[in-house]
Amino acid sequence: MSAIVWQLLHALLMVGLAPLVTGIVRLAKSRLQGRRGPSPLQPYRDLYRLLQKEAIVADSASWLFRVAPYLIFTATWTGAAIVPAFTSDMTLVPAADLIALVAMLGVARFFTALAGMDVGTAFGGIGSSREMMIASLAEPAMLMMTFSLSLLAGTTAPAGIGAFVLKGGIHLDVSAGLALLSLLMVAIAENGRIPVDNPSTHLELTMVHEAMVLEYSGRHLALIEAAGMVRLLLYMTLIASIFAPWGIAQPDEPAVFAVTGLLLFLVKVVLMAVALAVFETSIAKMRVFRVADFLGGALLLALLATIFIYVSEAV
Amino acid sequence: MTYEPLAYEFDVAHMIDAMVLMFGFQLLYQRRMQSVLRSFALQAVALAAAAAWQAHVQRAPHLYATAAIALVFKGMIVPFALNWLVVKLGIHRNVETALGIGPSMIVGVALVALSILLVLPVTGKATALTRESLALAMSVILLGMLMMITRHNAVTQVVGFMALENGLILAAVGAKGMPLVVEISIAFSVLVAMILFGIFFFQIRERFDSLDLRYLEYYRGDRQ
Repeated sequence: MSAIVWQLLHALLMVGLAPLVTGIVRLAKSRLQGRRGPSPLQPYRDLYRLLQKEAIVADSASWLFRVAPYLIFTATWTGAAIVPAFTSDMTLVPAADLIALVAMLGVARFFTALAGMDVGTAFGGIGSSREMMIASLAEPAMLMMTFSLSLLAGTTAPAGIGAFVLKGGIHLDVSAGLALLSLLMVAIAENGRIPVDNPSTHLELTMVHEAMVLEYSGRHLALIEAAGMVRLLLYMTLIASIFAPWGIAQPDEPAVFAVTGLLLFLVKVVLMAVALAVFETSIAKMRVFRVADFLGGALLLALLATIFIYVSEAV
Repeated sequence: MTYEPLAYEFDVAHMIDAMVLMFGFQLLYQRRMQSVLRSFALQAVALAAAAAWQAHVQRAPHLYATAAIALVFKGMIVPFALNWLVVKLGIHRNVETALGIGPSMIVGVALVALSILLVLPVTGKATALTRESLALAMSVILLGMLMMITRHNAVTQVVGFMALENGLILAAVGAKGMPLVVEISIAFSVLVAMILFGIFFFQIRERFDSLDLRYLEYYRGDRQ
């Protein structure tokens, strides 16, 4: 019974918290760049404003264009709902693993790319083609990382890997370190952060994600923006649940632990948001064709992680 | 009396060794000469950390000297000197590669797998710590060789050579430590080698107006 309650609370928390996290990243970036920056609550106001506005759809748009925002948001939200944030005592946790998560995000990306091409403008097409190029490298890296972690922990479920780490199964381990590095690189690419993509640009030559959603307005745009924010929080939660699972309440622990887990989770997310802002401020965006090298590096790191498991296991 | 390392000491040693290897990969990834030199300096600093940690774990104070040598000579003097040379010769722009960045990274990973395959059967009786650091050190050596093969420019070839030497030191500190005399003589010979390389750079450039070693191959008649 409590599992369902926690699951619902978790799902609501993911959507409720996501704009705040994005707001914190933006605020921290502004401060680092010497600007005052908007309040961290600004993304909520932006989403509210977009929801109030009329949604304008191009004449050439098909039904897919209208359906895509809902599919994208739902797929991302479902993905976020299966990653434990403050308790792993949730209904969906046993059913969900990292491979399912990759598939959810893949579905969201697929529809974003289709919607980008649907209207037939040049920018949508260029954005979609670039997004697919990035995805074709980021997804194998993510799966490879999943495999190396599951070889270590014996399960592909994030909750299971977290529990394994909590029990002291993985100490400071080269494979885990390489997998973390690989996951961080993939997370940066998947969320369209600098150096792969710039989330705040509308410069034609460099934009990837923004180019695909250029035609959207009103509530459609609000959903797509919200999906992007949820995805950022999803990756942060994923990293925290696998590599820093301290504080996540396990199913056999009393419910009070979930409250402390929630507080710790908030601390972890704020720390990661600030770290992301510092990283983004200290690095320059790379050319689109260097992204292949960057993500190829992530893939190779994940591969190395798998190779090193065999060094330490073969005693 | 031998001292048995604790579990976490294993892990930290392992982590630092892996960092040295990662900087080896970073050397292959960089496209600018000065970034290459910076990565090389970082690799030397990581090497110094590895040596210092081994000194702590093995209770072998002379390894602290190794760490200091790595930090001062290879982490500071050599990169600064090479940087000065690069600026002086005006070649701080792009690194010219015989094999692209992506393919050379792939070859690099294959070399790591190869060195693991080589080390595992040979070191059947050794402890896990020795075996792993040996595998990592061997990978660093092979990556240094790869760097020498796949880069045209003389400066990057020298960096590859020095990275190879970093791998040797890493292997030496991972095993029960080599005598300090050997250590110091290696450090000085590396320094001397660097001075000689510096002179050669000027000679090569004077003769061929470039540091691209392909011209040397034409000159020797290796290529038509």
